[in-house]
Amino acid sequence: MVFLEFEQPLESLYEQLEQIKQIEAQGDVDVSATIRDLESKIVQTKKEIYSNLSGWQKVQLSRHPERPYTLFYIQKMFTNFVELHGDRFVNDDKAIIGGLAQFDGRTVMLIGHQKGINTKMRQYRNFGMANPEGYRKALRLMKLAEKFDIPVITLIDTPGAYPGLEAEERGQAEAIARNLLEMAQLKVPILCYVIGEGASGGAIGIGLGDKVFMLENTWYSVISPESCSSILWRSWDFKETAAEALKLTADHMAEFGLIDGIVKEPLGGAHNDPDAMAVTLTKHMKAELKALKKMSSEERINHRVEKYSAMGRFQVKSAIAE
Amino acid sequence: MEEESKSWYQRLRHGIQTATKSKKETPDGLWHKCEHCNETSTVKELKENFFKCPKCQFHERIGSAEYFEMLFDQGYLRLYDDLLSYDFLEFTDLKAYKSRLESAVQKTGLDDAMAVASGTIDEQPLVIAAMDFRFIGGSMGSVVGEKIARSIDFCLKHKTPLMIISRSGGARMMESAFSLMQMAKTSVKLAQLAEAKIPYISLMTDPTTGGVTASFAMLGDFNLAEPGALIGFAGPRVIRETIKKDLPEGFQTAEFLLDHGFLDFIVDRSELRSQLSTLLMLLENRAKPRKQATAKETES
Repeated sequence: MVFLEFEQPLESLYEQLEQIKQIEAQGDVDVSATIRDLESKIVQTKKEIYSNLSGWQKVQLSRHPERPYTLFYIQKMFTNFVELHGDRFVNDDKAIIGGLAQFDGRTVMLIGHQKGINTKMRQYRNFGMANPEGYRKALRLMKLAEKFDIPVITLIDTPGAYPGLEAEERGQAEAIARNLLEMAQLKVPILCYVIGEGASGGAIGIGLGDKVFMLENTWYSVISPESCSSILWRSWDFKETAAEALKLTADHMAEFGLIDGIVKEPLGGAHNDPDAMAVTLTKHMKAELKALKKMSSEERINHRVEKYSAMGRFQVKSAIAE
Repeated sequence: MEEESKSWYQRLRHGIQTATKSKKETPDGLWHKCEHCNETSTVKELKENFFKCPKCQFHERIGSAEYFEMLFDQGYLRLYDDLLSYDFLEFTDLKAYKSRLESAVQKTGLDDAMAVASGTIDEQPLVIAAMDFRFIGGSMGSVVGEKIARSIDFCLKHKTPLMIISRSGGARMMESAFSLMQMAKTSVKLAQLAEAKIPYISLMTDPTTGGVTASFAMLGDFNLAEPGALIGFAGPRVIRETIKKDLPEGFQTAEFLLDHGFLDFIVDRSELRSQLSTLLMLLENRAKPRKQATAKETES
């Protein structure tokens, strides 16, 4: 198990539990009472830690190396997944994956960022940072879904669109912008979930939908806390402060009305019980898809336009004067 | 900058006795030194040359008001000047957003980083929404998004083409996810405009980066740019730090983007008005769908 710094109290409890369990295995002493005691202490400590997380701590949880990624959910929640590759122009981006799959008895188009599960795979997946080809592949799959009247589900988990030389040459900005424009008018339902990191344009590039939800310990912001710190505080040392100032947690986003709701995670975060997370998410998706399918495509598009048009806070001069 | 930092011994050697604070600057209204070629010209010459350096044609950064004056026929209507940003997140970095806004308003005399006006170019109607870089780096917050949304509603209602002149460092961090969502908001509205088949011209000027490039700036039916403008998604510094290599000469310039297929054309500012006029004429002059015969017409 990997423990984050604010999880240190848990680490020692788990160590104690491990030791006692070894004693139990030897079978000489009855330690069942101590085990029960420790286990309830762990639950109690978890509740204390996780009910009071700061913005930065949630950012850390969202990046937990054991956190489930898109491919995990595909394996757990969907059947008959057929991965579809390539943008048909340049190459196949490994940081965004997609394909057809079966969910709740119906075909869906699944698109999501994918981070690697170990050092080698992390490089292969470019740490979940897509190039323009990733966004163009996503768009190609969405148009395919529209053609065959299949709903689109996107899973968002990226530290940002890749800021590389070739990415600029091949139009990173254009690729993201084009997706936003096309997703605005896509005739089929679009259901989006932030399952990890929701960093800026890289996230929203596959994140404009009829309904957008965030898992409990994820974040969504215009910029990562680190970059924000480096630009506004002119130092990398203010990431915690920046994370608070950006109000980037799921709670904040729901309170602001910028997302449609929060999906609860198992105690201690999705990585603590990925299977339970998948079960919760399945239930949530079923209900949401059902509701979206009841609307006509025209209703959905109108609702999308209205929803995004209403986002923003400003004052009106004449109103202030009064 | 270098002048100001003359140390005491240099001042002594040059016989400078005036206190630094009472040092007289050359009045802004008279001379202009080009940051590109270092040549000096009069401000009058600069203005007459469409705010380009008369010597090297370097395009100075200008604001919304200059574009309105330069492009519209006599008389135009300013729209949505009553929309103001405010610090709803209580965002404080080295400075509170609230005081950033106050000093930006005071320093620039502008309301926000975008101004909108409706007018005509050679009697052809056009709505122009232009960004002001001087206002917090031309950053896009809720007000910029709302001004674009309202401009599009105006264009839909009056069937008027839209032009957006971008000059922005990207989304305004002090409005966090609200600024991010302006990318979605402006794109959703532009999609409506596209559905209605109303032309949208995007002019990218120096600089156009970040969330602005990755939403409305790149979505023009016609993507135009001024010569030499920096246009990109990530800023050059971030890219350099990522790839740990120097960037090639001319990377992310308008010319680079044209070469890579992301612009329709680059337009010199002195040609902008006539090019727009021609473009509007060509669009207006296209074959119109045959009108459905009205009841009256069929009767007679």
